[in-house]
Amino acid sequence: MTALDAPTTDAVVGVTKLRKEDAHLVTGRTRWTDNVQLPGLLHVALVRSPMAHARVTDVDVSAALEQPGVVAAYTGADLVEHWSGGLPCAWPVTEDMRSPVHLPIATDEVRHVGDAVAVVVARTRYQAADATEFVVVDYEPLPVVTDMEAALADGADLADSTLDSNECFTWPMVNGDIDAAFDGAAHVVTRRFVNQRLIPTAIEPRAVVCAPPRDQREFTMWSATQIPHILRLMLALTCGVPEHELRVIAPDVGGGFGSKLNVYAEEAICLVLAKLLDQPVKWTESRTEGYVATIHGRDQVQDLSIALDEDGRIRGLKAKLLADMGAYLQLVTPGVPLLGAFMFNAIYKMDALSFECTGVFTNKTPTDAYRGAGRPEATYAIERLIDEAAHEIGMEPFELRERNWIKHEEFPYETIAGITYDSGNYEAATARAKEMFDYDGLRAEQARRRESGDKVQLGIGISTFTEMCGLAPSRVLGSLSYGAGGWEHASVRMLATGKVEVVTGTSPHGQGHVTAWSQIAAQALGVPYEDVEVRHGDTAVAHKGMDTYGSRSLVVGGYAVQVACDKVVAKAKRVAAHMLEASEDDLEFDRGTFSVRGSPDASRTIQDVALAVFAAHDYPEDMEPSLDSDATVDPENFSYPHGTHLAAVEVDTETGMVHLRDYVAVDDVGKVINPQIVEGQVHGGLAQGIAQALFEEAVYDAEGNLVTGSLVDYYVPSAADLPTFRTDRTETPATSNPLGVKGVGEAGTIASTPAIMNAVVDALRPMGINDVPMPASPRNVWETIQSAAPPVGGDKASGATNGGAA
Amino acid sequence: MTRVQMTVDGQACDDDVEPRLLLVHYLRDVLGKTGTNVGCDTSNCGACTVHLDGDSVKSCTVLTVQADGAEVATIEGLAQPPTDGDATSGWHPLQKAFHAEHGLQCGYCTPGMIMSSMDLLGRNPSPSEEDVRHGLEGNLCRCTGYVNIVRSVLRAAAELRGETVGDADEGGIGEADVVSDPEHEEQLENLEVAP
Repeated sequence: MTALDAPTTDAVVGVTKLRKEDAHLVTGRTRWTDNVQLPGLLHVALVRSPMAHARVTDVDVSAALEQPGVVAAYTGADLVEHWSGGLPCAWPVTEDMRSPVHLPIATDEVRHVGDAVAVVVARTRYQAADATEFVVVDYEPLPVVTDMEAALADGADLADSTLDSNECFTWPMVNGDIDAAFDGAAHVVTRRFVNQRLIPTAIEPRAVVCAPPRDQREFTMWSATQIPHILRLMLALTCGVPEHELRVIAPDVGGGFGSKLNVYAEEAICLVLAKLLDQPVKWTESRTEGYVATIHGRDQVQDLSIALDEDGRIRGLKAKLLADMGAYLQLVTPGVPLLGAFMFNAIYKMDALSFECTGVFTNKTPTDAYRGAGRPEATYAIERLIDEAAHEIGMEPFELRERNWIKHEEFPYETIAGITYDSGNYEAATARAKEMFDYDGLRAEQARRRESGDKVQLGIGISTFTEMCGLAPSRVLGSLSYGAGGWEHASVRMLATGKVEVVTGTSPHGQGHVTAWSQIAAQALGVPYEDVEVRHGDTAVAHKGMDTYGSRSLVVGGYAVQVACDKVVAKAKRVAAHMLEASEDDLEFDRGTFSVRGSPDASRTIQDVALAVFAAHDYPEDMEPSLDSDATVDPENFSYPHGTHLAAVEVDTETGMVHLRDYVAVDDVGKVINPQIVEGQVHGGLAQGIAQALFEEAVYDAEGNLVTGSLVDYYVPSAADLPTFRTDRTETPATSNPLGVKGVGEAGTIASTPAIMNAVVDALRPMGINDVPMPASPRNVWETIQSAAPPVGGDKASGATNGGAA
Repeated sequence: MTRVQMTVDGQACDDDVEPRLLLVHYLRDVLGKTGTNVGCDTSNCGACTVHLDGDSVKSCTVLTVQADGAEVATIEGLAQPPTDGDATSGWHPLQKAFHAEHGLQCGYCTPGMIMSSMDLLGRNPSPSEEDVRHGLEGNLCRCTGYVNIVRSVLRAAAELRGETVGDADEGGIGEADVVSDPEHEEQLENLEVAP
């Protein structure tokens, strides 16, 4: 096939295309960072603190230097001059925020188990690991801070001896007259929820390779990161390597979920070691090491009050949070809980909202963005609280929700939190979910089991969630003191043969950008899907970008691809008009072909035009001989996916075992580019949200040791722990981008945790239980049952309230 | 150093190794067979699964010297050369099925998932969904929620049994149940909502 007889194409957006990414992944021809082998490559191992808080009085690496294969060993003091000011936090949420200096290798004080104190470089990874055993460190224990409330008490021990308080910041927001909303309210329901600490556990451990300049001037870094562009900028600012002399490559990256959205100590260390040793270096974390050295997520204590009228109308909501920062501020640590500030009101209308968040330092691994980042915590709280309110005022939980949610005809709707939801249809998603779930049938079964005192009780959980994602928009991020914008960039190049290169600033790690961006470009340019290649994840190839997190890639990055393609078509149209000796106004563009209206034989394909522009023998005088186009887009609003999720759980009241019997998810993510990829994102999101509800918790003891320090103790669910989810979609196009798409990466995680926990509590409600700590493990459920009274069937009056069918 | 001889993906290997060298590190660092991945250090995740004399093992839990004289098979040896212009034509049915059913996202767990699934299907050619879920208990995936992995294994099982498997869902529009486009205002009015 030549460029001159290329076929036209049918719709490629909105249909499943099997992924272009898969071929190398299913055959093992992969490019993970740890696969990188370079001549003279040295291996890096870190000596990490076994103490949660201690003064470091001496670090002696001399014996390590004598070990076989060891090339170098350094203490924190040896390297401190190489990083100016320590690792960056890009989100100073308040002007007076306390921000401890975060050195990649500690010098005189360690502040969490896993804090690095020395680094060893050797010729093999085994030699490097062996030699760490010969580094002698003297620690003088300091008081350990693990509990947020105790940390804020007067005279509390300090997690960081250089600070005067464990309070990082307090950030308040009040919208509407909150006192008026609570004064005289018919019902006020108050609850405390704990959103436990989680460990993201991307299945590829982090890894870094850094090569020094040889014949080029630039350093080259490979990193298992979500953010090659941000990493390049931040390392340039931190380590004194000029930005234009550092190239960052994110090759194949094995999952992230926020844990690879950071600027880590090991990246700075490898850059500095490559500079000092003038040899390439590699560091790969072990899973157990990663559990203390890679960020954690969640960890909030939430005090909530909701005020309602007699008929269930919500008057106001107060949310007061304690958010555990851990020992240091990583890239966006303090901003994460604040994203929740705009989500506590969720899909509900109300007169007033007050929010206050206090960030607290403890001697634990830092927290940061983990799938959902602030929105799962807020959504969990409000969706649990709505169920509690429904129970207390004796309304069916769906009825209370519908009474208060924004109706489809009310969009766009400015919420009490001050942001505008552009589109949505909660009625449609709810109707579909209830139909799929057999909601009424399950309520009837629940009533029968309650009546008979069955030892296995049935619980039904609802989550009618929304979230804000697609970060974007830059002005809003600026108003929240975020250190950067939220734009995204794309370049589209028409090659002489009519093939297309799309360069994107997003950086995929499993999401399928190559496939989806190919679909967008093929549709917009009218070229075959197979003729599009997508390049990404290398700052030398994709020179501009804001990378991938916050469900932003499609709604911002895909939008940029669309705009760049539109520019290509606009340029091609001028050339085609010139070639056809017609007026541009008389040309139509359909599936890759420009034709003169009324004279269908007079036509040129976009491939014809590309070849003509390459030859450049004859083109319009007032333009350059190029169709290539760039676009940098900055959406005016976030996107607001929503949906209704329903869970049915069976709770064995004798053992505390929770069995997830059915899960229905109806999501509205607007228009979709590739339905199969969207469904996969929902599945994966659900698994992680369900895991928070039922399985996972990062547990620390009073000495600050991570008790769940490996995959043996931290319960990441397997296939045997989860059911087949039943999913469907409703489709309300977003208005903030021309594709009509909303983010999907985090929706499942945000929605599912409250759906499961509402179901668990619903099952146990007749026992007088109105909360179960997460995760709802057999032990936590059993202990909750033991501390409650009366037994099943003993209090039907209160038990019947929540299940309207009872 | 200890001398080991083994066959890896059909090729004879003969090396002096440290007695403590893990098989996965022999594969990756000595032989350069980086298709097999390391996802943990406690034998929980299964990313490193390979076959040792036909049985699946977690190669992070096997010493290289234990594999002396054995036949080792990894993900890299699974596909046959293409039989026609289509590169996928030589793929093992499991590789084809994971692609068709979107059984991978980041792909890091995939080599281990496929090697474990192959062992599972060797022992049980007609597994139920539950059989697959329990059979893959030792392999963790953080991206897919397992739904499409289970579908992939069941699809491959059918193909390996000689049954005709349908085409992949390519081209399917996966249409939303309710399209609330403002252009279809009448749909909004006709919706049945909450109880």
